[in-house]
Amino acid sequence: MAAHAQALRAGRGGLRVNDFSSATLACFIGRAEGVENAPLPQAFAHWECRNNRLAWLGLQQDGLLAAVERVIERHGADRVGLILGTSTASIGASEEAYRRLDDGHFPEDLARPAIHTPHSLAAFVAEATGIGGPALTISTACSSSAKVFASAERMMRLGLIDAALVGGVDTLCDSVLFGFNALELVSSQPCRPFDVRRNGISIGEAAAFAVLERIEAAPRALRLIGYGESSDAHHMSTPHPQARGARAALDQALARAGLEPDAVDYINLHGTATIKNDEMEALLLPEFPRASRASSTKGFTGHTLGAAGALEAVFALLAIEHGFIPPTLHCEQPFEGPHPWLALEPHEQRVNIALSNSFGFGGNNACLAFARAEA
Amino acid sequence: MPPIVFADHAPRNVAASRLSVRIEGIGAWTRGAPDWPSMRALLRGEQGLREDAPGKPAAGALPAAERRRAPEGVLLATEIAAQACAMAARDAAGLPCVFASTQGELAITDYMCETLSVAPRELSPTKFHNSVHNAPAGYWTIATGCTAGSSAVSGYHVTFGAGLLEAAVLAAAEDTPVLFAAYDVAATGPLLEIARISRAFGMALVLAPCDEAAIPRITLTLRNRPAAITAAPAAVAALAQDNPLTAHALALLAALAGNTNSRLTLPAASGLLLDMEICT
Repeated sequence: MAAHAQALRAGRGGLRVNDFSSATLACFIGRAEGVENAPLPQAFAHWECRNNRLAWLGLQQDGLLAAVERVIERHGADRVGLILGTSTASIGASEEAYRRLDDGHFPEDLARPAIHTPHSLAAFVAEATGIGGPALTISTACSSSAKVFASAERMMRLGLIDAALVGGVDTLCDSVLFGFNALELVSSQPCRPFDVRRNGISIGEAAAFAVLERIEAAPRALRLIGYGESSDAHHMSTPHPQARGARAALDQALARAGLEPDAVDYINLHGTATIKNDEMEALLLPEFPRASRASSTKGFTGHTLGAAGALEAVFALLAIEHGFIPPTLHCEQPFEGPHPWLALEPHEQRVNIALSNSFGFGGNNACLAFARAEA
Repeated sequence: MPPIVFADHAPRNVAASRLSVRIEGIGAWTRGAPDWPSMRALLRGEQGLREDAPGKPAAGALPAAERRRAPEGVLLATEIAAQACAMAARDAAGLPCVFASTQGELAITDYMCETLSVAPRELSPTKFHNSVHNAPAGYWTIATGCTAGSSAVSGYHVTFGAGLLEAAVLAAAEDTPVLFAAYDVAATGPLLEIARISRAFGMALVLAPCDEAAIPRITLTLRNRPAAITAAPAAVAALAQDNPLTAHALALLAALAGNTNSRLTLPAASGLLLDMEICT
């Protein structure tokens, strides 16, 4: 997290020329370093695939595994839930199996059914952490790992669990690179959210996790104070032009948190840098006073798809914890609508309340609200 | 790393962890038993599968153009969802929904992996956006004008129990009726040996929060000690031989098809079971 905070504060992005796809595709990607050289421990070798490797790398960071162990010790393994979001899970392994078919059959090293399924990630993480409570994969495209916070809070509120590990992991694969390319949504440049010249996304990969407990268990910790979930009821791959669903999710998150828009210091926008998403999302900003700052961090990381909700939730939390506003990297000429709210340069500022937007295919929307502990 | 906590309410019901939901509507589809009345008759041993039955769900909730183009999982999921909403007499427009599927649209996964292995630039954009796990939730909310939250979940071999729990939690926590649909379609191509599912099957419920007097009702309790999983009735076990989702769904549907109260136990996670009291 420290490295992310440093990069966000310095306006230093991580996109690079695509060197990943199995065939040439002229675009930029956010590729995690070192995944190829980080095999899973022998005990988890049956879960081996790029997505689970990235999940395992993520679990090693920032004392996360120790935090999970602590909540298991405190509450019991069966009182800790595991809810993870992913869009494509380990489909990269299925793609590889098809490239290397052995007389029409999966090659022996990839003939492991448990990795060729959307639940591969959560099943691996359950085994790796020893979490024994409810375990669920949410796969609603690019809102997946925002919704996990809502599901965990509901289970906790009903008393089914006392803590949860939530998060999201998605890794680069041909399906998303060539899929978004087929939809003509991939930019040949590093993505430029909210710029007049924006022409599509850059695809990235990420693992992001958080441990949730009730407020009494950690009164001084950062807080999830609200969330909203909605559907556009409009189109499979195009957002509602008047932002109907996005606004419903945002309004619900504010209402649940008991907040007026003027309490919001920072909004981490979905900001994919497609023409339509950014045009739609900009319509939400006039609800906020000019003092509210907004940015998309997709220019740093690329669009990490099913991991974006959790990754950008972490960015919103970093903004609160360290007191800074991440800039909208690569946005040089913002279009008029969102301009007054957009942070174009990093700056230091106290952040008490931060929101994070996530919108996915199928018109699937989520908005999360975070705050620092009350003094 | 600091834990994150929710600043809302104290837990309502920590000790008990019992969830009750009223069954307002039921939908079901597999080839030869295309709705709940025919599935119920099958489970009661009153009639068999209709051999001449159509191989595709009618999916009348979708506009005609979408129905022609939509992949099989979307046809199946929207068909059972519409049946359950009709029986519940609930307008789908206001119902949050949870669509659960072990594998999603397997024929599209096969198409994508096959195309990517030979001609990645020829990938169909429509097939790509139909490949997301929430494609049925997307088509359903578009067709019904549903603006409530929608979800798409998976839990591999415990998808049914994990999804049902998620839907019941949503109903109880948000105090709202919820549409729950669980479905899988058959695998094709090289994926068939791996994913194994060879028969399309789906069932849907409209669940409403209730007290422990309402009927018909399911009361769910989490159990972390071992217990026998309730099997699907022997007469229909063949339908479920390659998919636990189907087996678990049939076990619950068999209980709902009976005239007496019953209990069953289904898996909800690795090492976690869901005890269910069914009151009809």
